Amino acid sequence: MTFQLFVFFLFSAVTLLSAVAVVTMRNPIYAALFLILAFFSSAATWVLLEAEFLGVVLVLVYVGAVMVLFLFVIMMLDIQIDTLREGFIRYLPVGLMVAIAMAVELILVMKSGVFNRDIPEPSPLSVSNTESLGEVLYTEYVFPFEIAAIILVVAIIAAIVLTHRRRKGVKKQDPSKQVRVRREDRVRLVKMKSEEKQ
Amino acid sequence: MDSVATFLNGFLPEGLTTLIVIMIKIVAILLPLILAVAYTTFAERKIIGYMQVRMGPNRVGPKGWLQPIADTVKLMFKEIISPTKASTIVFFIAPMLALAPALAAWSVIPFWDGGVLADVDAGLVLILAITSLDVFGIILAGWASNSKYAILSSLRVGAQVVSYEIAMGFALVGVLMAAGSMNLTDIVRAQDGGILNWFAWPLIGLLLVFFISGVAETNRAPFDVAEGESEIVAGFHIEYSGMAFALFFLAEYASMILVSTLTALLFLGGWLSPFGHVLDDIPVLGSLLGDGFHWLFIKSFFFLFCYLWFRATFPRYRYDQIMRLGWKILIPVTLVWIFGEGVAIALGWKPWL
Amino acid sequence: MLSNIKHYIKSFTLFELFQGLGVTGKYLFKRKITIQYPEQKTPMSPRFRGHHALRRYPNGQERCIACKLCEAVCPALAIDIESEERADGTRRTTKYEIDFFKCIYCGFCEEVCPVDAIVETHIFEYHYEERGGNLITKQELLAFGDKHETEIAKRKAADAPYR
Repeated sequence: MTFQLFVFFLFSAVTLLSAVAVVTMRNPIYAALFLILAFFSSAATWVLLEAEFLGVVLVLVYVGAVMVLFLFVIMMLDIQIDTLREGFIRYLPVGLMVAIAMAVELILVMKSGVFNRDIPEPSPLSVSNTESLGEVLYTEYVFPFEIAAIILVVAIIAAIVLTHRRRKGVKKQDPSKQVRVRREDRVRLVKMKSEEKQ
Repeated sequence: MDSVATFLNGFLPEGLTTLIVIMIKIVAILLPLILAVAYTTFAERKIIGYMQVRMGPNRVGPKGWLQPIADTVKLMFKEIISPTKASTIVFFIAPMLALAPALAAWSVIPFWDGGVLADVDAGLVLILAITSLDVFGIILAGWASNSKYAILSSLRVGAQVVSYEIAMGFALVGVLMAAGSMNLTDIVRAQDGGILNWFAWPLIGLLLVFFISGVAETNRAPFDVAEGESEIVAGFHIEYSGMAFALFFLAEYASMILVSTLTALLFLGGWLSPFGHVLDDIPVLGSLLGDGFHWLFIKSFFFLFCYLWFRATFPRYRYDQIMRLGWKILIPVTLVWIFGEGVAIALGWKPWL
Repeated sequence: MLSNIKHYIKSFTLFELFQGLGVTGKYLFKRKITIQYPEQKTPMSPRFRGHHALRRYPNGQERCIACKLCEAVCPALAIDIESEERADGTRRTTKYEIDFFKCIYCGFCEEVCPVDAIVETHIFEYHYEERGGNLITKQELLAFGDKHETEIAKRKAADAPYR
């Protein structure tokens, strides 16, 4: 067993174990943490495939940004673990059926031979991973890429519109207005006579 | 380093030798780094003291130079207390999670031409990815402490760091467009040829944005709402004591030094001499003022000094103003700058090359 | 419109921030005003109010006549006096205690004393090593006064023209 193979088995074992832990953990925070571990070790396996850019971006996007927001939401919610556990037996048959159906589908797809491709030749070292990825993205797949970008922008705009709609009774401050306040707007110097002595 | 490797190869298998050599390199980077962190705390107290017309620490050792050592010894012997109902495992993992990325990012930092632990192709993205992990230590510390101040602080940090990471990333995009590479060594080499060739001039806006978001990313003044004393006491590390607290401290200062070094590498030409190769032929002066680690040290020290200078000067931002600055000012500025740079590159108009 | 442009230029060149940095940068090189306390000390007024003391006349007779004015004027109720007639027919204190935890060092006792018996000295560096040490008895106060009499008299004389 070469060193690379050993590392591969190590990371895939960690990925699988943490993926199992994500589902079985009672505490949602621990589940999220194991999800982070799963992402991290799968990024490591990508790096083993010499897809270092993709691996790093996986960490950057999923672990660094998405999971932070995930944890954020989970921490804000007051999750009662007992009520979550209550319906476990009740939902077990349905859950099992879904799981079996998914497993069967997966096995069928695997057996169909779609994935039995030849392993492509590793690209020559002179062309870096990032460069080749960029070349493919901006030439061959430029339209799907742009469409994906537009969909994401639409989603962002929708989210901003939903949260930033004008509501009544909200005492919101506008920092840019506050920053631009000048002395003349707030202070008025008045000249007046001193009062007469009583 | 190579001679050590060949010596070890004589009686050890090759894999083990590589491991040992890497270990030695890691220690060679981390030991000075931790020493630098210790003396950054001293410098901070001294410099801020001087700016406030007082002396700063000057009792322990000659002129106070042993103060950081005394602090470390004190922190080491303090008891680590975990609050009741705290999530103990996460409570103790969190400081390590905070420190590990701050140290790991140093693996791709080149100190001189070729003086780098891992010469990764996508070094810039790797640094961005690793520094984005910093926030987990803080968030988990806040959650695991079972304290309302800690969790409020960790929520603030989470939002702040995620938003400023975007501006930081865009600033980095500008740099890699100018350099045409994501490898840090190549980026520095692209700035070769004297002070006028540094990226700081054509990318001055991005330099400012990068450093400002770097300050925000490390939760330092004036963006230190994470530990706003007047509002949430000490923030996420309020329940930590002893060495667990010291790890957070270490992480904060290590990332400060990291951001300073990165700014020096990306915008001020890293180890390159500001005189270019003009003086190369003069015997002593040439090696003294030529390229070398000392220039990187001086440049990063300048930015580190700026960190402390900011802390002594600016009052803390209000939280909504931080968000406004990040989203409505820094990100648009970087976008406009990148667009302009793209146009310049497309026209073949590269004043810095 | 013009002020808008001015505002934009001002904020994007970080003008005000650099101004602030300039101020702190200037103070970095200013002379430091810290006093290195145990080695250096600030000048002290002759009216300084520190540790209390009971004084004696030069012939060794204690000054206090147990009029209890200080006990009455003390805003913190820190002074506790008991008195009785002595063998020579004079009224003297049998107990004169000051609780230094209660005392606020206002100096009223010194002001009110008709015979300059109770004074506050220039000594401010003192401590207690046991519980109850803060209750200073008459003997301790007298001994303290004897010990520092020359300094007390000097300070009283220096302050006298202004009273």
